[in-house]
Amino acid sequence: MDAAHAVAKPIEIEAQGLCYTRGTRVIMDDLTCVFPRGRISVLAGPSGSGKTTLLRMIACLIRPDRGVLRIDGEADLAQLGSGAVRAFRRRVGMLFQGGALLDSMSVFDNVALPLREHSELGEAQIRDEVHRVFEAVGLEAVDELLPGQLSGGMVKRAGLARALIEKPDLLLCDEPFSGLDPPTVRRIEELLQHVNQSVGATMLITSHHSESTRRIADHLVLLLDGAAVSGETDALLQDDPRVAEFFAESASPAISKGAS
Amino acid sequence: MAAALRTLGARSIELLRDLGRFALFSLRLAVAGVQPPWRGRRLIREIYDSGVLSLVIVCISGIAVGAVLGLQGHNTLVRFGAEENLGSVVGLALIRELGPVLTSLLVAGRAGSAMAAEIASMVVTEQLDGLRMMSVDPLDFVGAPKALAMVISMPLLATLFTLFGIFGGYLVGVVVLGGDGGSYLSTLQDSVLFSEDVAGGLLKGGVFGVLVALIATYRGFTAQPSSAGVSAAATSTVVIASVATLVSDYFITALWGY
Repeated sequence: MDAAHAVAKPIEIEAQGLCYTRGTRVIMDDLTCVFPRGRISVLAGPSGSGKTTLLRMIACLIRPDRGVLRIDGEADLAQLGSGAVRAFRRRVGMLFQGGALLDSMSVFDNVALPLREHSELGEAQIRDEVHRVFEAVGLEAVDELLPGQLSGGMVKRAGLARALIEKPDLLLCDEPFSGLDPPTVRRIEELLQHVNQSVGATMLITSHHSESTRRIADHLVLLLDGAAVSGETDALLQDDPRVAEFFAESASPAISKGAS
Repeated sequence: MAAALRTLGARSIELLRDLGRFALFSLRLAVAGVQPPWRGRRLIREIYDSGVLSLVIVCISGIAVGAVLGLQGHNTLVRFGAEENLGSVVGLALIRELGPVLTSLLVAGRAGSAMAAEIASMVVTEQLDGLRMMSVDPLDFVGAPKALAMVISMPLLATLFTLFGIFGGYLVGVVVLGGDGGSYLSTLQDSVLFSEDVAGGLLKGGVFGVLVALIATYRGFTAQPSSAGVSAAATSTVVIASVATLVSDYFITALWGY
């Protein structure tokens, strides 16, 4: 991913007073936070705190019961019609926790799909684009493989390649480090940082992984009891005892195991 | 008593809601199916999955059902000295009823359940959400080719079932039991009318194809995102599609005389 392909319009997301209840369980209660333009924001919090729910709201896959989700201080995502949602999603790439690759199609076809659907590019140009993104995420010789033939780390990379192929303004990553061994976690971290620096997209990452969060997050949003604590990562870790306590507990293997 | 009435009322309302959702889903799927982009490659692959891969069970079942009809028909007709009409009995029974109905039941069990389970597993693994995030409509990309393939395959499979059934009846009635082959074929030819019998069988095959396609895709798309949801989608597809086939068969026969 080189500078020539940098994204010109990273998106800023602002959540105001979001409420979301599933059944009798309150997942968000007046949640307010900002995801700054062009930065890596990590959404952290205990299991069931609503990290993935918030990510799916921003992706317009679910709508909040109440509240506003502004993009660039203007349109409210929660009120967009289906046509506007499709247009917004063209600016968004999303890496799902399990990759969400179409298991009946080869890895190449999965990554090429957005270009085949939305661009006028010929097959030769699509092949070049896909291989350029494969190179950027460190994948090689996977064109003909099916997603089921890839390792967990490779699935994440292929999912990331598909999310990046249309050069998104906003990249959403749901638990990109889960289920990976430490060296692969480091590689994915470096990859995300590299993508952020070279493409300039706003990035939202949900993560349980406290070490990764410390290493890559410019901006931290910690979800606790349905509300958000947010700010610059280093400042929050130093100044907010709730954040420091959460990360201390997350770092403890016994507590982490119990929490999961 | 009041509690029982409340439960009955709540279930009735939920059933009506479900029917409404099914009607809207069917409408959206139909629109997705007739609008470009045309997904020819995906359609061919789906025809292979639902049609070609059902060929073996349809042909074997057709021969078996025809053989039983030949045996039962011969034993019954002999009592009346009318065994030369065996071709007519086997042919009409298969063309008008058994061919399309049994094919629909078989295809619902094999391809319909597989279709529902595949779509439901795509729900579980977020593949459909992945498509939505690429601004690709899952109904258009996944649902429409599968449904269209089922609608195309079903009448063709029903025709094959019928042909193999007639062949099975011939094997038993003529080759095994020693009936007259010429009578078998000539009574078959004399009694079967294309405009009523064959067209009716094809119509039934088409209607059953639409029903199985809609039910399988609807159950898949609305599956709960869990392994139990996948299993429930497959099972309910077979049950609902089978009942829908049998009920609609009665109404087609009663209303149009096919």
